[in-house]
Amino acid sequence: MKQLITLIVNNKAYEIAVAPNRTLTQVLREDLDLIGTKEGCGIGDCGACAVIMDGRPVNSCLVLAIQANGSEITTIEGIAEGQKLHPVQQAFIEHGAIQCGFCTPGMIISGKSLLDRKPKPTELEIREAISGNLCRCTGYQKIVEAIKAASQTMKK
Amino acid sequence: MKEFTVINTRLPRVDAYAKVTGSARYAADLSMPNMLYGALLQSPYAHAKILHIDTSKAKKLIGVKDIVTAKEAGVIKYGVSPARYDETLFCDKKVRYIGDEIAAVAAVDFETALEAVSLIKVDYEPLPVVLNVFDAIKEGAPVIHDDFPNNICAEVHQEFGNVEEGFKQSDYIRTDKFVNKKQDGAFLEPQACVAVFDLNGNLTLYTSTQVPHYVQRTVSMVLNIPIGKVRVVQPYVGGGFGPKASANTLELSACLLSMRTGRPVKMVFTREQVFLHSRGRHQFYHELTTGVKKDGTIMALKNTCYLDGGAYSSFGIATVYYAGSLLGAPYKLANMKYDGYRVYTNKPACGAQRGHGGVAARAAWEQQLDIIAEELGIDPIDFRLKNVREKGEVTCNDFNLSSFGMKECLEAIRERSDWKNKKGKLPKGKGIGMACGFFVSGAGYPIYRSETYHSTAMIKLSEDGGTVDLFTPAAEIGQGSDTILSMIAAEALGVRLEDVKIHSGDTDCGVDLGAYSSRQTLMSGHAVKQAAESVKQQVLEVLANKLNIPVEDMDIKNGLIIFKKGPVDCSALKSSYVKEHRGWVSLPPESHLTFQEAARIAYLEKGVIVGGGAYKPGELGGKYKGATVGTSPAYGCSAQIVEVTVDLETGKVTVDSMTDAHDCGFAINRMNVEGQMQGSLSMGLGEALFEEVKFDSKGKIENPTLGEYRIPTALDMPNVNTIIVESNEPNGPFGAKEVGEGAIMPTIPAILNAIYDATGVRINELPITAERVYNALQEKKKQK
Repeated sequence: MKQLITLIVNNKAYEIAVAPNRTLTQVLREDLDLIGTKEGCGIGDCGACAVIMDGRPVNSCLVLAIQANGSEITTIEGIAEGQKLHPVQQAFIEHGAIQCGFCTPGMIISGKSLLDRKPKPTELEIREAISGNLCRCTGYQKIVEAIKAASQTMKK
Repeated sequence: MKEFTVINTRLPRVDAYAKVTGSARYAADLSMPNMLYGALLQSPYAHAKILHIDTSKAKKLIGVKDIVTAKEAGVIKYGVSPARYDETLFCDKKVRYIGDEIAAVAAVDFETALEAVSLIKVDYEPLPVVLNVFDAIKEGAPVIHDDFPNNICAEVHQEFGNVEEGFKQSDYIRTDKFVNKKQDGAFLEPQACVAVFDLNGNLTLYTSTQVPHYVQRTVSMVLNIPIGKVRVVQPYVGGGFGPKASANTLELSACLLSMRTGRPVKMVFTREQVFLHSRGRHQFYHELTTGVKKDGTIMALKNTCYLDGGAYSSFGIATVYYAGSLLGAPYKLANMKYDGYRVYTNKPACGAQRGHGGVAARAAWEQQLDIIAEELGIDPIDFRLKNVREKGEVTCNDFNLSSFGMKECLEAIRERSDWKNKKGKLPKGKGIGMACGFFVSGAGYPIYRSETYHSTAMIKLSEDGGTVDLFTPAAEIGQGSDTILSMIAAEALGVRLEDVKIHSGDTDCGVDLGAYSSRQTLMSGHAVKQAAESVKQQVLEVLANKLNIPVEDMDIKNGLIIFKKGPVDCSALKSSYVKEHRGWVSLPPESHLTFQEAARIAYLEKGVIVGGGAYKPGELGGKYKGATVGTSPAYGCSAQIVEVTVDLETGKVTVDSMTDAHDCGFAINRMNVEGQMQGSLSMGLGEALFEEVKFDSKGKIENPTLGEYRIPTALDMPNVNTIIVESNEPNGPFGAKEVGEGAIMPTIPAILNAIYDATGVRINELPITAERVYNALQEKKKQK
């Protein structure tokens, strides 16, 4: 039986009928066409599906859509302010923190979420914050550098 | 030094904006009207006869649109190398590993397709299973392919110089064994595709691949449809590293189902299916014997290797050559013998992975060279400096080192890592180690025997002259080829990077062999450079005619026309451009004649301004059997120093720092070169410390997840001190050669050598788990 749920995604309210076994990843990608959220494993190992739910980063593949009922969700599509990129996004571009790009949305979500909680993190804190986001391409160094650079440019 | 305006900089990637905003579409993000969803039935047995397949119940399920098995698909053999086509789209008479594909279903949604798969009934007769190389080659072992009764899929026997004589002249000879484990590509994006067959008989396949060209050829051959009717398009691709460098069952099934149903068909691998499809790094069992003189001169190398290939050949026939041919090359070695055997087992097929064929061999030998240097009382860097080859030399197996900055790499890492104050001087439990690497800059020959061009490119100018459309079938898989090729086009044509719009990864753009063997910067780069130079020439010729000055007196730089012999009156041209562009935006500055104005004028003159480029390396290498494998128009090389901490109680290894120097010829984009180096080192660190695809006694993968198959996280990987060495390769575009694959080579042995420096124990089996180090430490204590 489908259930009607309410989600606020990127500041926009949606009413969606979902089957109880559908994950938040599936609903975001398939019902709302927010394909920036990626699925790399489906079981919470890789972090490619990370979104911010009620202020905290979560692996959306481990959240059932009905569990998210009433929640506020921010996906990679909701990070920029119109055409103006978020400082973490801008820093990823300038510091070469992107290769294949498949982990990038989740990485940016984790990086932004860290800076929201802790505007001036240490390198170890950055590494811990993205340790649930796997990247096979970059060796992480430029991602860490980008988040560090964003923390320096962001006003808080 | 030539002055460049675009290349040799740190410009951001051309796909960066799409990737940071989440708007980049990968294959799994695509959908089409009326699209069906496919799913595969895969074998639960590692080795079994198929007695009967009953699809009747599945066919009756509401929402199922088609089911295909070997009966519908036919049994045309395919694979990677035509010399070893040993796969069919679906298993016919038997299955050879857990995961071997038996049928595919297309249904209205993915859940229905999965349910239908579960309703297909297959009767199997299980056969004895063989999972280990040495069991597989025993007399009486189960035969996996009838054509190969001893399970040896390919063997290589090569000798260069005279190895016995080399050993006779040696003062010191030692033999060591080494084994790695089967590695998974572990790219973040599971394979996915959408096939669309239209009523005109054209098939378009959007797929997550490294090699649109080879996929196009395979689809054409297996499904019996003309090549010109098959278009393969890459959306954004989430990494490949080798396993995506050939056509797979997913792609072929989706195409077949779309052709039969007339509807688009989408198929996506789960992460478990990525592990089952595999095609990653082989397991290599090396035995190396090296002879040296007292003064450190390397005299001879004998290399024997058994490769655990899994159930099909995939790239294996090349892999078994690479495991021998690349090894001796960085050193002045006159005598080298190699015996390699690739063996079938009932496991997922192994194929190519970053550093194809050479990574385990390099790890084994660079560790052995470290042992030898110590025995001789020579510093390991001095030992290498004594033996390394130089630019212009030709190896004993006929590789021409047209550029070779190995010496510069070694000197750079020594200086930048404080080696002299650290080697042998660090406290117990801390260690420093080094090693060298070597790799091809593009395979010298295509996978199928052919005179084909390896790369083609086309550039077209827009009618307003403002946009340079670059059409290249080269494959962007994350390594940055779109950016590199756009930069090469911009530099060669004389425009800014933002003036270039790239269209890549599409077989409709021409032929490019794709992203493997670290080839695209050099090969696709050549084709793009040629195309750009052709367009530049065409524009300048029109200008020369209009202004009545010779082409040689003009140039294009940074989007402006340069008049080498002083100012030229262009007012007539400029006013005709403005007239043409009345009401258009962005009028040109009055001070200069811009490329845009010149290109518009050229368009008005010629109608079409298109430039083409095509590259093939020409004849390379020697005349012996297998001489083609390992040939390349250029070779990359590298040297690396790693520092580790080993917990002497538990054996746990932590890599503290890495210093890596890589000779990439010339860095088109310095940020990308660093990124390739850092990423390679990370994959090497993973293989060294964690990565192993494990099997149970029935051949089932025990850890087909990214949680249990552990790759490095941000907490495992230290910062890398990256040093770019530029040796200016004469065979490369602007002097550029490879970095993407070769950079992985020195990492594993440098870690091994650092662990020895920290602990006094040598590890000959990967991964270097705490348990292995602990056991070695205990063993060492006992011996005391």
